[in-house]
Amino acid sequence: MATRQTASLARLMRAPAIILLLIWMIVPLGMTLYYSFLNYNLLNPTGTSWAGWFNYQYFYSDPAFFDAIWNTLALVLGVLTITVVGGIAIALLIDKPIFGQGIVRILVISPFFVMPPVAALIWKNMIMHPSYGVFADIARFFGAQPVDWFAQFPLTSIIIIVAWQWLPFATLILLTALQSLDGEQMEAAEMDGAGSLSRFIHLTLPHMARAITVVILIQTIFLLGIYAEILVTTNGGPGNASTNLTYLIYRAARLNFDIGGAAAGGIIAVILANIVAVFLMRAVGKNLD
Amino acid sequence: MARAVSTRTRIGYTAAAWFVALLIFFPILYTIITSLKTEQEAISGFSLIPSFTLSSFEAVQTQNDYWKPFTNSVILSVGSTILALIVAIPAAWAMAFSPTKNTKNILMWMLSTKMMPAVAVLVPIYLIFLRTGLMDTRIGLTVMLMLINLPIVVWMLYTYFREIPGEILEAARMDGASLKDEILYVLTPMAVPGIASTMLLNVILAWNEAFWTIQLTTTNAAPLSAFIASFSSPQGLFWAKLSAASVMAIAPILIMGWFSQKQLVRGLTFGAVK
Amino acid sequence: MGRITLENVTKRFGDVEVIPPLNLDIEDGEFVVFVGPSGCGKSTLLRLIAGLEDTSGGQILIDGNDATDTPPARRGLAMVFQSYALYPHMSVRKNIAFPMRMANVDQAEQDRRIAAAAAALNLTDYLDRRPGQLSGGQRQRVAIGRAIVREPAAFLFDEPLSNLDAALRVGMRLEISELHQRLKTTMIYVTHDQVEAMTMADKIVVLRAGHIEQVGSPMDLYRTPRNLFVAGFIGSPKMNLITGPAAADHDATTIGVRPEHIKVSATEGTWKGRIGVSEHLGSDTFFYIEDTGLSETITVRAGGEIDLHHGDTVWLTPDPTKIHRFDAQGDRIA
Repeated sequence: MATRQTASLARLMRAPAIILLLIWMIVPLGMTLYYSFLNYNLLNPTGTSWAGWFNYQYFYSDPAFFDAIWNTLALVLGVLTITVVGGIAIALLIDKPIFGQGIVRILVISPFFVMPPVAALIWKNMIMHPSYGVFADIARFFGAQPVDWFAQFPLTSIIIIVAWQWLPFATLILLTALQSLDGEQMEAAEMDGAGSLSRFIHLTLPHMARAITVVILIQTIFLLGIYAEILVTTNGGPGNASTNLTYLIYRAARLNFDIGGAAAGGIIAVILANIVAVFLMRAVGKNLD
Repeated sequence: MARAVSTRTRIGYTAAAWFVALLIFFPILYTIITSLKTEQEAISGFSLIPSFTLSSFEAVQTQNDYWKPFTNSVILSVGSTILALIVAIPAAWAMAFSPTKNTKNILMWMLSTKMMPAVAVLVPIYLIFLRTGLMDTRIGLTVMLMLINLPIVVWMLYTYFREIPGEILEAARMDGASLKDEILYVLTPMAVPGIASTMLLNVILAWNEAFWTIQLTTTNAAPLSAFIASFSSPQGLFWAKLSAASVMAIAPILIMGWFSQKQLVRGLTFGAVK
Repeated sequence: MGRITLENVTKRFGDVEVIPPLNLDIEDGEFVVFVGPSGCGKSTLLRLIAGLEDTSGGQILIDGNDATDTPPARRGLAMVFQSYALYPHMSVRKNIAFPMRMANVDQAEQDRRIAAAAAALNLTDYLDRRPGQLSGGQRQRVAIGRAIVREPAAFLFDEPLSNLDAALRVGMRLEISELHQRLKTTMIYVTHDQVEAMTMADKIVVLRAGHIEQVGSPMDLYRTPRNLFVAGFIGSPKMNLITGPAAADHDATTIGVRPEHIKVSATEGTWKGRIGVSEHLGSDTFFYIEDTGLSETITVRAGGEIDLHHGDTVWLTPDPTKIHRFDAQGDRIA
């Protein structure tokens, strides 16, 4: 009968998406796991042999690995701090009665639509370039020595660029949350004698908790995979100063042709991403229904 | 709060908001200005007034064969989006209109595939592409982009479809509509806005994707994101030309993005924030 | 024609039996109201008749033909939903025309029926608007209009008034009753509001946990409720249900007296008590009498002009011919 037919039709309709994603998840990941136990270099494909845990030990004993982990964490935490704090502040400001709110919104969210290589190039050449950048122009205007950002503060520079890209995202989501705040609740609190600061702490912040949680979760997923910004600006240098885990694995695979090593790094990245995901989900799980 | 605010306060907030907004927008603005300068102007110190020359735009188009990566970007982003919709619409539809006990779990699992770091599967995907001849082909990359955005597309469609009340479909059934009529006259018109929003956001995401496009292309299938990344090499020293190329790469998507603010929030938060 | 017969109709969701085998006859032209508290299965029963849910057992006959496996579209029934379920992307005209379009009614006939329905429902000026631009009451009318033009064998209403405010509800109640008198088509109406049931129905079906507790005309149910549940559910304010010695005096476990069947006096009567809350409505006065020594606070309905107030001591006398007696199982003692 009607509803039973619907159920089997529904199964049929769901199947392609589920099967595709299942294959997409299992096959490459399985291959990565397999390769991670091989001595396999594309420059010497005939010398392939079983490596056991060697690739992992090698990765683990490589000082670049710990630099990369540290840089990854610094990048994620740095960008999260800037975007969440900045996002709240800007969202609160835009939510005030201002003239031209629509245009202000458009200006603020624009960086999000700039593709990563372009964002990186704009900052590298237009803004942070030691001789032709706007920062250098400003420094010279005040009679100071221009800073060579990517040589002296490579990781900080990348954090600034990435934060600029993600600040609009945080602002937009927090603004959406802010605008759904119940006006009567605010007025009730005002009647109860709550000052604007305590209204912010006791009403606005808890109301935005879910949105903040979502911002942190989603940004973390994307920030762990930052790649193009590093490729275009510092190439991970100087030394390993701005190499994150993603970039380290990319280098192993594509520049050193070390398939086994890169695969082992990939598995480590998966484990790290899962730890972060589980940790985040649990720490903030109560905010997600 | 709907309350009269003194004009002076309002002007104060307005000034602060505009200052912040212009500060954030400045790198883009300055790139647009620089793209209208001559190369000489571009490197001769800070100036907000260009000579409004279009020579850099012409130069990018003629010297770098700009239209090829542009065409690739269009094909890849639109193609992968359409592919994703073909797979996702039935799935989201089924999950929204005849949910089972597992629907929530399936959706969460789909979300979790998005958490897998791209770099973790770089090696096998790279090798598969090398060996099957998919490397630097549009078809290979289209499928890749479809796969990485599929979870977002399913989720977004699901949240839109869920908003179509079940009673309306029952009303159509009571009104004598067959399954075909129901889909044609009731469901589709109500679902179209959601599908359009999903499409818009997904085109933006695919257009801006910059990991797989750089890894899996060289020249033939390289879209704008890969094309621009190649400017980090010596050519990058031509400031005005670089700016012109950047402006051309981001302009279409920037304009689309302005129209998709609402959908952006919803799509990227998997419906958690509306 | 619209005669609907349910024979041993059963519905299970998984292991949960929401409707145990149930039999019911609905005559052509009858206005039948399913009433009961939320979760009693009344909406499920309606949806079974509509064909929106599959039965787990039994048969549904429409005009003598087995319709158990007939899809909803071909049962010839029309339904008005609680949420109105209008098509948001169509104008009012197109909403009303939709069922006729599905039935391939020719254009001239469509226009004629739309005009007639719109005139009857005061929708003529709104035909080109979208549902989003209408008020709740107007949307409800459109939903009814969409049902009328089908000229169905029976109308099904699923709590159609519960989203309207009190004043509109009374107005729409009247309109639906008038509609029934004019069309003389079978109507099945689901509500949890016993006032709607009493005012509109030819026949009320009181449901609890999927069981039919009693079927009868409104006055049957009012005069001779078959058990405590029906006694408590029908009538407003609720019947006073008294247990203990006062009930034992009448050889019953529980006795029931409606508020309007108790006489109030300042001087003499059967039970003595004190007025707690008094509600003066103008036409009537409701007293809630405490300290009577009975098992419950007693609700009494008196005339509108009576001069008694909070704190006064009063005497109550139940009308001996209007006392309902119930046994330990809660069933009526004849």
